[in-house]
Amino acid sequence: MLLSVRDLKKSYTGAEGAIPVLRGIDMEVAAGDTLALTGESGSGKSTLLHLIGGLDTADSGAIRLDGKDICQMDDAARAAVRRSSVGIVFQQFNLIPSLDIAANIAFQARLGGVYDAAGAARLSDALGLGPHMTKYPEQLSGGQQQRVAIARALAARPKLILADEPTGNLDEATAAEVMDQMLELVAQTGAALVMVTHSPRLAGQMGRQLHLRQGLLA
Amino acid sequence: MTWTGLGALWSHWRRNPLQLFTLVAGLALATALWSGVQAVNAEARASYDAAAATLGEGQYDQLLPAAGEDIPQETYIALRRAGWLVGPVVEGQVGPAGGQVRLVGIDPLTAPGGLGPVGGGGMDLPQFLSERPVFANADTAARIEGLIDAPVMIEPSIAPDTAITDIFVAQRLLGAQGRLNRLIVAPDQPMGRAPLEQIAPDLTRRAAQGGSDVGRLTDSFHLNLTAFGLLSFAVGIFIVHGAIGLAFEQRRAMVRTLRALGMPLRRLMALMAAELLVLALVGGVLGVSLGYLVAATLLPDVAATLKGLYGAQVSGTLQLRPSWWLSGLAISVVGAAIAATGAMVSVARMPLLASARPRAWATSRGVVRRVQMGVSFGLLGLAAVLALFGSGLVMGFGLLACLLIGAALALPLVLDGALRAASSLARGVTAQWFWADTRQQLPGLSLALMALLLAMAANVGVSTMVSSFRLTFTGFLDQRLASELYVSAESAEQARALEDFVRPRSTEVLPLLLVDQELAGLPAELYGARIGATYRDNWGLLDSAPQVWDRIAAGEAVLVNEQLARRAGLWVGDDLAIAPQRLLPIAGVFGDYGNPIGQAIISEPLFASLHPDVRATRFGLRTDDAAGLRAALTDDFGLPSNSITDQAQIKAFSLAVFERTFTVTAALNVLTLSVAGFAIFMSLLTLAGMRVPQLAPAWALGLTRRRLGQLEMVRAVVLAVLTTVCALPLGLALAWVLLAVVNVEAFGWRLPMYVFPRDYGVLALFALGAALLAAAWPARRLARTPPADLLKVFANER
Repeated sequence: MLLSVRDLKKSYTGAEGAIPVLRGIDMEVAAGDTLALTGESGSGKSTLLHLIGGLDTADSGAIRLDGKDICQMDDAARAAVRRSSVGIVFQQFNLIPSLDIAANIAFQARLGGVYDAAGAARLSDALGLGPHMTKYPEQLSGGQQQRVAIARALAARPKLILADEPTGNLDEATAAEVMDQMLELVAQTGAALVMVTHSPRLAGQMGRQLHLRQGLLA
Repeated sequence: MTWTGLGALWSHWRRNPLQLFTLVAGLALATALWSGVQAVNAEARASYDAAAATLGEGQYDQLLPAAGEDIPQETYIALRRAGWLVGPVVEGQVGPAGGQVRLVGIDPLTAPGGLGPVGGGGMDLPQFLSERPVFANADTAARIEGLIDAPVMIEPSIAPDTAITDIFVAQRLLGAQGRLNRLIVAPDQPMGRAPLEQIAPDLTRRAAQGGSDVGRLTDSFHLNLTAFGLLSFAVGIFIVHGAIGLAFEQRRAMVRTLRALGMPLRRLMALMAAELLVLALVGGVLGVSLGYLVAATLLPDVAATLKGLYGAQVSGTLQLRPSWWLSGLAISVVGAAIAATGAMVSVARMPLLASARPRAWATSRGVVRRVQMGVSFGLLGLAAVLALFGSGLVMGFGLLACLLIGAALALPLVLDGALRAASSLARGVTAQWFWADTRQQLPGLSLALMALLLAMAANVGVSTMVSSFRLTFTGFLDQRLASELYVSAESAEQARALEDFVRPRSTEVLPLLLVDQELAGLPAELYGARIGATYRDNWGLLDSAPQVWDRIAAGEAVLVNEQLARRAGLWVGDDLAIAPQRLLPIAGVFGDYGNPIGQAIISEPLFASLHPDVRATRFGLRTDDAAGLRAALTDDFGLPSNSITDQAQIKAFSLAVFERTFTVTAALNVLTLSVAGFAIFMSLLTLAGMRVPQLAPAWALGLTRRRLGQLEMVRAVVLAVLTTVCALPLGLALAWVLLAVVNVEAFGWRLPMYVFPRDYGVLALFALGAALLAAAWPARRLARTPPADLLKVFANER
């Protein structure tokens, strides 16, 4: 099993004391799986994604990625997992504004020491980014920027891709186009995909769906 | 990973070259002014040390003759025979007028070990005695080569404008056969030798002073330069702080992305520190190079000042010293570290999942404001306490630092209050938007405005001090230099004949009688004065008892200068011992501006009774016909014309020394103001890039781009005017501290403070001009922002 989550709990401290966000999540994802996480706002979808990606730490429970429990890792080790095994696609794209498109796509692969120029070029062409490689993020539309973010995640050849509302900032037509391309490329690489979305249509395109309600899987 | 991370960080600077330029230029300017001043100080101190090392000045006890006298060679021989381990020194000037070199003759066989180039590694003794060369540094050697009848050898360790040779060569070159000027006393003397009073009763022994006299005398001068260098450095660091703060703010999103993609925080911080280190070193190298130019430009004036004020010989050319390079680079790195610490800590503490959206850099943060207000009030309160209860030079500079930093921190709060008041008075919609928008810009501009405040306050303060000094000093010279002619004789015999010659030809003859002696435990000079109409009519006193001149003339009282009075804690009515068992009341205190040491004046008869061997060799002459008396002295008496100086010459010389002294200060003033102008320019330019989202709504609602550009210019003027208004009282407070505290502690005299409204008006116009110039380009850029860029603000998908 590529990803195994056991009894995962997380709460945040607010003015009214501890607010539980995840109240014991159990789930598994195999290599090549595509999984949609759905639920209302505040149900804990993004928090779960952040914990799986090692961006945040859980209160208790275990997250085993490729057999290793990232809940037991320190910050540096979690960073190493993100470099080597996880690709993240954010809703806000989060490209590096001062790097051109080619450098942005290559960036995570270079960090992980797995950069393959030919592979990156194929990805760029497949996503229609070929003519834009020397441009900077601010010169691209939102759809193009999200394609760059997808290419960046895939170029690092991760085993698991985490996508947090990847088309939330795009119009419907562009969102559908970007989503089709992402699913096709993910399928080609054999990576697993876990995607947070509000869209039933996008969720329907995934192999499985999990619905969160008040911090628990419904 | 390291190179990929560095590449990403560096790409920010590549895409924002203006920010990079601001940062490097800020570091370079801060380092330049600081290291320039340090270079000047280091060069001067190296010259003092060279003089002390080669001539033994201050390191050993010395035997000195009475003023105006020489030591006969026989006295030296008698002392040696009596067991005294003393080394003879003869000195005088060689070379043409205006380019004279101090020639010092020593005896390497008897001089205390290692003195001079002989025995210290420069040349072995037999070679020296056989060749008998004259040693000098390269510059001095070039000037005397061919002028003197002796071989000249270059020795870099010799002090500037000084040449050293064997005593017999020096006596021959100076025409001083058989005469000596002083004797250096070796530290270890044999027991049981005859006392000095028995062998050479005319000689007095001056104790070693643990370092060069001149080095100590000039300490306060160098301290003032250092303070100015530090102020300029602080202004430069304001720029760097602004640039680094902005860059880190803009990179918050990048930092989050880098961490999300797997860059560990520790590595990221290390890379950012390394990046800053490289930039600091680049800025440092540029700054030190620039500092070298500043120092090379200032050094001739500093050298002339030190020579004029203290008689200190300082090389007029600059050497590249490794320690100076290293300290320049170190100060650049330290400056960058100080400026970046806050931003680095903020990035280190930023949670990975914090909002990647840059916090509004140009919006005020409540906590910071409260802390700033607290620190500001604390520092200003401390300044008040120091002003009321503190003492000492370090306290004086502490007071200056508290005052300046406290006021600078208070500036944004004061400006915010003023803008809020203006906003509440505004009626038109454009005016309301303008004031509200200006308030929003304030945090982003506050560092630059603080730099302007400090630079302007320094200008007001220092120009007030200089102008007050000039006014006081000119009046003082008019009082003090009353004699129409000043003459000097070559010997006591000639002096006696000279006095007989001029007495019937002058309305008054004023002998210059003095001895160096300790007064109230301090090194000082005791003068004997012929009290007459000149003193009574011309000398203004800071404080005096009734019938002061009558009591001085009668030998019943003493007059002291302000330096002695303040350092010894004495004033009118107190007693001063002018000789063992001889106490006299102080009847008056006189101002003695520019003189570093204490003086006391007693009547000529009393002086003669205390020091019967001292004869005046210099005289001031009062006459109604200066030209006629000068002609009589040269034609009838045969006095060389260069032994006669007229009043105008001395005044001109004194004023020239004064003006050169403050050339350095004026140059540093201009440089500091330029740095502040640059800070405003860079801040406005940087902010202009972030202004589009703020200006787009105003543009969309009907304000033209041209009008927006004009309002940007008005904003710069308004902020500069408000800052100038704050700078004036701060500058006057600074002037008061300089005149009433620092000057008294450093030099021993207090100057009256005058205000010069016209000068301040001109300075304000300069500041406004600088602000307008600084705002012109950013405003023009804003006025020409393409509508497409403004429209992007409203696009959903950017």
